[in-house]
Amino acid sequence: MSLRFALVGNQNCGKTTLFNSLTGSNQHVGNFPGVTVQMKEGVLSKNKDITCIDLPGIYSLSPYSNEEIVTRDLLLYDKPDVIINVVDVTSIERSLYLTLQCIELHIPMIVALNMMDELTASGGTVDVKALEDALTVPVVAISAVKGEGVHELMTRAMEVARTRQLPSRYDFCTGAVHVAVHAVAHLVEAKAEEKKLPLRFIATKLVEGDNIEGLELSPNEKDIINHFTEEMEHALDTDKEAALADMRYSYIDGLYKKAVHKPIHTDAQLRSLEIDNILTHKYFALPIFVAIMTTIFWLTFDVIGNNLSACFEKFLNLLTVSIANTLTALKVSEGLQSLIVDGICNGITSVLCFLPTILILFLFLSILEDSGYMARVAFVLDKALRKVGLSGASFIPMLIGFGCSVPAIMATRTLASEQDRKLTIVLTPFMSCSAKLPVYGIFIAALFPNNGGLIMTSIYLLGISVAILSGILLRHTVFHGKPVPFLMELPAYRIPTARNVALNIWSKAKDFLYRAFTIIFLASMLIWFLQNFNTHFFMVENAEESILAMIGKYLTPLFAPLGFGNWQASTALVTGLSAKEIIISTLSVLTNSTQGIPNLTTLFPTTASAYSFLVFCLLYPPCFAALTTIKKELNSWSAMLAILTYQLVVAWAVAFVIFKIVG
Amino acid sequence: MISLAKMPAGESGAIRTVGGDGVFRRRLLDMGLTPNTIVLVRKKAPLGDPIEIFLRGYELTLRAEEAARIMVDEVIK
Repeated sequence: MSLRFALVGNQNCGKTTLFNSLTGSNQHVGNFPGVTVQMKEGVLSKNKDITCIDLPGIYSLSPYSNEEIVTRDLLLYDKPDVIINVVDVTSIERSLYLTLQCIELHIPMIVALNMMDELTASGGTVDVKALEDALTVPVVAISAVKGEGVHELMTRAMEVARTRQLPSRYDFCTGAVHVAVHAVAHLVEAKAEEKKLPLRFIATKLVEGDNIEGLELSPNEKDIINHFTEEMEHALDTDKEAALADMRYSYIDGLYKKAVHKPIHTDAQLRSLEIDNILTHKYFALPIFVAIMTTIFWLTFDVIGNNLSACFEKFLNLLTVSIANTLTALKVSEGLQSLIVDGICNGITSVLCFLPTILILFLFLSILEDSGYMARVAFVLDKALRKVGLSGASFIPMLIGFGCSVPAIMATRTLASEQDRKLTIVLTPFMSCSAKLPVYGIFIAALFPNNGGLIMTSIYLLGISVAILSGILLRHTVFHGKPVPFLMELPAYRIPTARNVALNIWSKAKDFLYRAFTIIFLASMLIWFLQNFNTHFFMVENAEESILAMIGKYLTPLFAPLGFGNWQASTALVTGLSAKEIIISTLSVLTNSTQGIPNLTTLFPTTASAYSFLVFCLLYPPCFAALTTIKKELNSWSAMLAILTYQLVVAWAVAFVIFKIVG
Repeated sequence: MISLAKMPAGESGAIRTVGGDGVFRRRLLDMGLTPNTIVLVRKKAPLGDPIEIFLRGYELTLRAEEAARIMVDEVIK
């Protein structure tokens, strides 16, 4: 029998740590139709019949952000077999707020009291039995990081699934709220049963003022519900939202006094306060942030990543040579040999050798994220980002954008404001992604060997400046409207677990390798074909007579004002749309070079023309993968095309101006 | 009674009313800023805004603009 367990909990409650320890590497990003929020699913390493879903971290089942709506809908309409509600015991009051709402869903459920070790170490205790009695669901104390209690949690969860044990109590309210919820429950009972929706949850949400789409209430029924709600508001002298929140928190406060003994701050929280005395200090915060970022970029792009990449490239080149030798020994025809060696091997090598750099960058980004520092960055930079029309929360996706635009654009889902989200999506591709790194690297090695650091830094800073100016411009034209409030938890600093970081990097590596052997593999073959054949499908002696050259030549006049009016450069920019790394492999193929390093001096006679080309690469539309992600996230072709046009115009204009100034 | 935005860092207050509108106010309530909850103003961000507050065992950050609509009674130490 196959079962589905859903992990539900607040942000930073350790849900993903538990998910990772349950599923190990048997996980992938789930494909949930019509859902734009990223959810992972995986089978348990110890029981292949059980699928676990890692739902987005949320604080309530109210329709505040996309993530809450998606989670609510998944729980309501696509009922999992068991809800595993992960509760961070160090902030148990706020966590139980979600628990009380989950209980109403009428789904077998179990509560995992996570970070119990941290509480115990600080002298706190929880009366687990009292919690179980009050909530009427099994409660298991665990430490997801140390793996303590996880086995018991799963045994109990299996038991809950087998017996289909439902919470026996749904009623946590008293007085006027109780009257209103019960009256509404009576009214919608038949309809809820007909639509197979959990009555209690529906009734509470209706009183709270939420719309339940699947219920199809008549105007008359809506009037009656309003009447009950108004009576409740009148009796309590408050509004419905405050009344319901107060009702839940009052119950939690009572339970907390009875079952939980906790110091004001746990040791980890006290340590966090001390760390924050420095990291969010009035004068030190910004210099420290700049220092941390500089160190990460220096380590990634200079010290570690570069050297690893160089070693890896040597290895790949040896591999290519041995493949070439084998093919010669096997007396394979010259055309096929050229396809395999010059087309595929060279194409993939030029991309694959950047794998180490990209993984190192993601290593640092995932440490920043898991440790809790990213939230502080949002806190420190919010005011500055607001000037650009963004919020502190937009900073995180933009930082990820330096790694890869695809996860960065997906990370905008956590933003509550649709407007902030759209603007962040437009601006993120201006953060130079790591795939553009090979382009800068090769250009610097060939044309700017003496001031590589300066060129690299200026390119990154230019991207950031264009994003800032675009933000101000767009905020005053397209996205004018009230800025949306900013509300974010600052979780206690925690040392990232090796498993979480490793799994994160592994998923990025898998992604990258998948791309290298699918999109880039096909693109390499296609480019090889286009540059070796003419329009009559005859193999050409000289690449200049090929189909590819024709396309490139057609576009050349467009790029002439930017200083690189040659067909090789324009062709490379076209192929670069499939993936930025392809720019280098195209250039190396088109200049008949060996070992994946293009001969650039003939194409870019002046340093100004080369720099202008780099600027265009930095700013022009991202790869197809990122463009399709933008389309998917905005759910609109026209918005995606508008963004694409904007980026083309900006890239051309900025490259033009810079070429004129530098030249 | 003063607003949370006006309360100096290091001082605590008991929430009286939570103002503001729509979903954001709802979110504040969901996060535990309900009447009678004790809130400590931890600090201001280095650029003066947003502010960090401590309530119900955790740290939360919000902007002065929204904090101005949360009224509290100062708690005498």
